[in-house]
Amino acid sequence: MKIKIDVNNTEHELAVEANTLLVTVLREHLQLTGAHVGCDTSQCGACTVHLDGRAVKSCAVLALQVADSKVVTIEGIGEVDNLHPMQSAFREYHALQCGFCTPGMIMQAIDLVTHEENLDREKIRQGLEGNLCRCTGYHNIVSAIESVVDKA
Amino acid sequence: MYSFDYHKPAVLDQALDLFKSADDPIFLAGGMTLIPTMKQRLAAPTDVIDLSGLDELRGIALSDRVLSIGALTTHNEVASHPLVAQHLPVLAQLAATIGDNQVRNRGTIGGSIANSDPAADYPAALIGLGGVVVTQSRSIAGDDFFLDLFETALHPCELITRIDFPLPDRAAYAKFRNQASGYAVVGALVADFQGKIRVGITGAGPCACRAIGIENELMQNLSIDVLDHVEVPDAGFNSDIHASAEYRAHLVKVLTKRALKQVLDQNS
Ligand code: FES
Ligand code: FES
Repeated sequence: MKIKIDVNNTEHELAVEANTLLVTVLREHLQLTGAHVGCDTSQCGACTVHLDGRAVKSCAVLALQVADSKVVTIEGIGEVDNLHPMQSAFREYHALQCGFCTPGMIMQAIDLVTHEENLDREKIRQGLEGNLCRCTGYHNIVSAIESVVDKA
Repeated sequence: MYSFDYHKPAVLDQALDLFKSADDPIFLAGGMTLIPTMKQRLAAPTDVIDLSGLDELRGIALSDRVLSIGALTTHNEVASHPLVAQHLPVLAQLAATIGDNQVRNRGTIGGSIANSDPAADYPAALIGLGGVVVTQSRSIAGDDFFLDLFETALHPCELITRIDFPLPDRAAYAKFRNQASGYAVVGALVADFQGKIRVGITGAGPCACRAIGIENELMQNLSIDVLDHVEVPDAGFNSDIHASAEYRAHLVKVLTKRALKQVLDQNS
């Protein structure tokens, strides 16, 4: 089936199978490999992107479901020399080690600071429930997000 | 995932026609259970009918002390909607504990209820609040809705359009969460409708149910102590890697107490 999909404010016309996942379209059709695939069971959150402004797991959405929606990936939020504040905070607070979970963490973190009120460390931790990190122990990730909340 | 045909109808009748003319169709709402299940090849429908274009399945409205929630309303929409926060805060709190944030952004109340997962949260609310499931053709009392593990009173081509919740004077939900999945090992919703007490339990048995024995005790004497003497038989309860039937029976009591404590702390 042919679909039009808006990714990072660019419209793409693509032919996809009904059983193609959004994450596959991003990574394999559009070469946007920032959204990672860390699991087979929709549990790790490494594939998190924004769909109409909210964080979703792109491995649990069919490409055809997003035909009329706007998708934003980690590639769409900042540039190497002009990072998104959340990206800068992750760098500043050493909130990553291997970096595999980081794109998903950052997209989730932006959703949290945009939509949740009175975020404290505990609420940030709860908010990250859908994102697994095997390296950092989460502590610095929470600090990075907290610093963005404090600045806002 | 096996291959299938994808449809996205614009109106309800079209969705039903598509369903009737397909071999082995399935309705897709938020997809938070269905898509992972299809990825695991545990479901292989021939036709997936995406309901997201059906605006008649959306919206939250209040009339006559009944809060109606459209089937396609996501968990995060329920958790953050001002009408829910004001009139049925217990439902907002419950919705905010479902799964994780990404799941709450996609998963829907209609999908959760239609699935009748034994560990889902919404079924406890449907039962505990005495809600009504409205479909394209009839209304089904929450008490009659869940039949068994993943089995409901819905006919194959029947679609939930909205859920109606009568407003209690006070209510609370307590759950014992599986740390990994966020699903309820057991959850208890206690509601007080002018002295008539309802207790909805999820997670304990094959599907959500009322705790009638506990309700009767509480209607005689609305106190936490009364629950110390209630027997909760574990016959028919689930036993799995997360908890034994015996432990679940214990949790039914503990969580009902916790919810009741919150209820008693609220002014009616
Ligand atoms: S790849 Fe793990 S949740 Fe999507
Ligand atoms: S930094 Fe390695 S998984 Fe999170």
